Amino acid sequence: MKEHLQQLLPRLVLAPSFALVLIFVYAFIIYTGYLSFTDSRLLPSYGWVGLENYEKLFKLRHWNIALKNLAIFGILYIIISTFLGLLLAILLDQKIRGEGFIRPIYLYPMALSFIVTGTAWKWFLDPGIGIEHSLHLWGWESFHFNWIKDRNFAIYTVVIAAVWQSSGFVMAMFLAALRGVDSEMIKAAQIDGASGFQIYRRIIIPLMRPVFLSAFVVLAHLAIKAYDLVIALTNAGPGNATQLPSTFMYSYTFTRNQMGIGASSAIIMMIMMFSIIIPYLYGELKTGDSK
Amino acid sequence: MSISSQNNISSGRLTRALIYSILILFVIYYLLPLYVMIINSLKPLDEVRDGNLMAFPKLWTIDPWRSAWSTAQIGVEASGLKPYFINSILMVVPATLLATMMGAINGYVLTKWRFRGDNIIFVLLLLSCFIPFQIVLIPAARVLGFLEVSGTIQGLILIHTVYGIGFATLFFRNYYAAFPTELIQAAQIDGAGFFQIFWRILMPSSMPITVVTIIWLFTNQWNDFLFGASFSGYGTTPMTVALNNLVNSTTGVKEYNVHFAGAILAALPTLFVYIMAGKYFVRGLMVGAVKG
Amino acid sequence: MIFLNFIKTTLAISALTLSTTILTSIANANSDVEVMHWWTSGGEAAAIKVLQKDLASKDVNWKDMPVAGGGGSDAMTVLRARITAGNPPTAAQMLGFDITDWAKSTGKLGNLNAVAEKEDWDKVVPAALQKFSKYEGKWIAAPVNVHSSNWVWVNKKALDDAGGKAPTTWEELLTVLDKMKANGITPLAHGGQPWQDATLFDAVVLSMGDDFYKKAMIDLDPETLGGETMVKAFERMAALRSYVDDNFSGRDWSLASSMVIEGKAGMQMMGDWAKGEFIKADKKPGEDFVCIRFPGTQGAVTFNSDQFVMFDVGDQSEAQMKMASAVMNPVFQSAFNVVKGSAPARTDVPNDAFDDCGKKAMADLAEASKNNRLFGSMAHGHAVPASIKNAIYDVVTAHFNGEFDSKTAAEELEAAVFASK
Repeated sequence: MKEHLQQLLPRLVLAPSFALVLIFVYAFIIYTGYLSFTDSRLLPSYGWVGLENYEKLFKLRHWNIALKNLAIFGILYIIISTFLGLLLAILLDQKIRGEGFIRPIYLYPMALSFIVTGTAWKWFLDPGIGIEHSLHLWGWESFHFNWIKDRNFAIYTVVIAAVWQSSGFVMAMFLAALRGVDSEMIKAAQIDGASGFQIYRRIIIPLMRPVFLSAFVVLAHLAIKAYDLVIALTNAGPGNATQLPSTFMYSYTFTRNQMGIGASSAIIMMIMMFSIIIPYLYGELKTGDSK
Repeated sequence: MSISSQNNISSGRLTRALIYSILILFVIYYLLPLYVMIINSLKPLDEVRDGNLMAFPKLWTIDPWRSAWSTAQIGVEASGLKPYFINSILMVVPATLLATMMGAINGYVLTKWRFRGDNIIFVLLLLSCFIPFQIVLIPAARVLGFLEVSGTIQGLILIHTVYGIGFATLFFRNYYAAFPTELIQAAQIDGAGFFQIFWRILMPSSMPITVVTIIWLFTNQWNDFLFGASFSGYGTTPMTVALNNLVNSTTGVKEYNVHFAGAILAALPTLFVYIMAGKYFVRGLMVGAVKG
Repeated sequence: MIFLNFIKTTLAISALTLSTTILTSIANANSDVEVMHWWTSGGEAAAIKVLQKDLASKDVNWKDMPVAGGGGSDAMTVLRARITAGNPPTAAQMLGFDITDWAKSTGKLGNLNAVAEKEDWDKVVPAALQKFSKYEGKWIAAPVNVHSSNWVWVNKKALDDAGGKAPTTWEELLTVLDKMKANGITPLAHGGQPWQDATLFDAVVLSMGDDFYKKAMIDLDPETLGGETMVKAFERMAALRSYVDDNFSGRDWSLASSMVIEGKAGMQMMGDWAKGEFIKADKKPGEDFVCIRFPGTQGAVTFNSDQFVMFDVGDQSEAQMKMASAVMNPVFQSAFNVVKGSAPARTDVPNDAFDDCGKKAMADLAEASKNNRLFGSMAHGHAVPASIKNAIYDVVTAHFNGEFDSKTAAEELEAAVFASK
């Protein structure tokens, strides 16, 4: 009897979490999927319209802008955050005096909500009142930086602010991994006459493959979820130049009273998200199991 | 830990000077928005309107801080942000702790008591980290209404706990995966049961990853706006919603200095957690979360 | 050990939370009104406090549910969640077509006919407002105010420097703007956000004639939307754009007001809430700034009206009726609207307490209502439902940012309105 209980216990312990997630995540996704085939407008309604919402969705100029922006934003954001995070982690790992002081400064943006931080960024980047204006007042007249007002460049200012928020976190992940690298290997390489640069390139960075993957997952999900940031910084403007799928979905579901189209965009977002995450997880779990 | 500083590539003075300048450059980059917020929260409104937002105040004042904390109008109450603090604490602390506990025990089962199909359960739990919250809003409202906890703190705790389980499980699972299974087998031979092993063997060494999980969940839940606005009621409004009410009114007069002061006040608990626990944070990541 | 303490703390805090929430839920009696609104900060929030106090004197307990953001759109999101959870507030602030849309899709609204008949609302509320306050013959909402959006706020000194005469026609407007430009200031302070662009568009369309506004913005007549006059209206928008500085996009309307207050800009075209910024900066109407109607729209008013929509909440309806009655009380209407910058929603409120601009607003409103020249504002959701409104926003904003020329814009407008119907 006791044996039997011991066998069952692990499953029993997992059950509450599993049940909650099954309802609050998967049942809700199915519900949203269902709504995407209905004529819901202001509130859910259940008149079946087939694929009409999806057809409308892909004809919408906004949605295509949103997808294109997500590609630009996502790629730049992930690459720059990863690169900066790695660079700063390596530099901080050089017996830096005051590391304890610098590290929290790199990390703190992750702790702030964008409701107001976005305003600070918006002002800072605004040529009329921000950095450009201040530098002009201080004598550097030719300085020019008006990306946030330019519909071809505004999306890059979203990248700047987003990198600001999360690159410190990526730095912490890399720093932690660097601290875990086996010193014997490095000593051996040094004895062989490898330069510092070579040691990083050939030995340390390849060792950190899992961290790159973890960083990628964290950043990719932040990129697809990015919402507050865009709303506070540009409110999807100028015009619709910084529309992202997340802002699109909110606007169609809740502001424009087109819940059906909003739901169909949510489903497309989920598909994109899962098509990034699932291959990663598959790889991870497979290597994990074979250990 | 001790290994760290031996990864030393930099010997020349010039290199070190370069390293320090890059690091300091980024200190400036990270601090700039905070600087803008602090400096403008200490100016009278006229000066903010005047336009040089990088300049020091000509007239220093702490009135905006006083106003944001205790006298600013938020809805019909001229109460400042003060009363909303406790609501956030009452909501975030239990939700963070509950999700952390569930994550810990899930991580334990998923690494040390493996059974057929456990990977699928892990994947399903983990994917819950990645759903955009806007899409669950309407169905979640229906479920909370059904459970009759809509507009209450319990409802918010439930929601935040549920959406915290995924990350908590991920962190603890990766941490425990590196924990030597031999120790557990030895304990089993000594007759220790499921919970005894968890309490006596795993828990005592779980401090770093617990800190990481708590920081992560606490920050996300504290800063959440969407759920806080949708599922709170009279008397349960959390801090971020109050802050949003203070700063985001459409046709009201904008007192930017008060807004910035309010924003910093609202962020103090998370900033405090980051700075205080920051040391453990990197250590915790090091031993667990990033090993994938 | 640490972990055991940690669990103890969790349990203690959870228990504490449970007990406090149980206490608060007991306090829920049928003399409460729970009110959702987005007048969340500063003077307008203080103004709504007047209503709360008034109700407190009648033993009605006000439970405040403020949700700011997006000109009420965040509040509408929260309202959806509340309704879906079966937990609607007693009353919610709403605008124009949102009221009608909600009435259509929930069917769970209150009925204020008893109060309305007793207090004769039919006689004192302008007909154009009643269209939104009533649904299928029932009063479902109590209007609080009437904002009008075709105002221009002009810096007095800048105007004096530019000749001193307030423009009354489009041509005169251009002359004044040109002079202001020559004087080295930004002639037109504007914030490039879709709703602000649309506010400008409202006024421009109205300046092309009442009929044109009605046909295009209210009847959505395809030929008018894509026609010659519309191309001209877009050309006027482009002309106005040329007087706006390059940093306009994303700017909050209040920062644009600051530019006029500081004299860095000549004028701003914005609804009457902008007056609050001027008053807050200690500026006096007539002395430091002047308020005029958008040239070419004198005598006509595009309005938006905040209303408290009542939900069907069963046994709380007595408190609800008291609230509706208090909202319509002339004393409150005066006190609130003096602060808010708008005009009262009933035409029989004395104007003593209002400043010059406020008096003018009330006179204009009464006159426009009498002459059938009171039109719902498209930009503020009083001409068309939200989906069409946003489709119009898209085109107007794209044109204002230079993505379309005026001819394309008119074509796109026709297509966008058709697609979102």
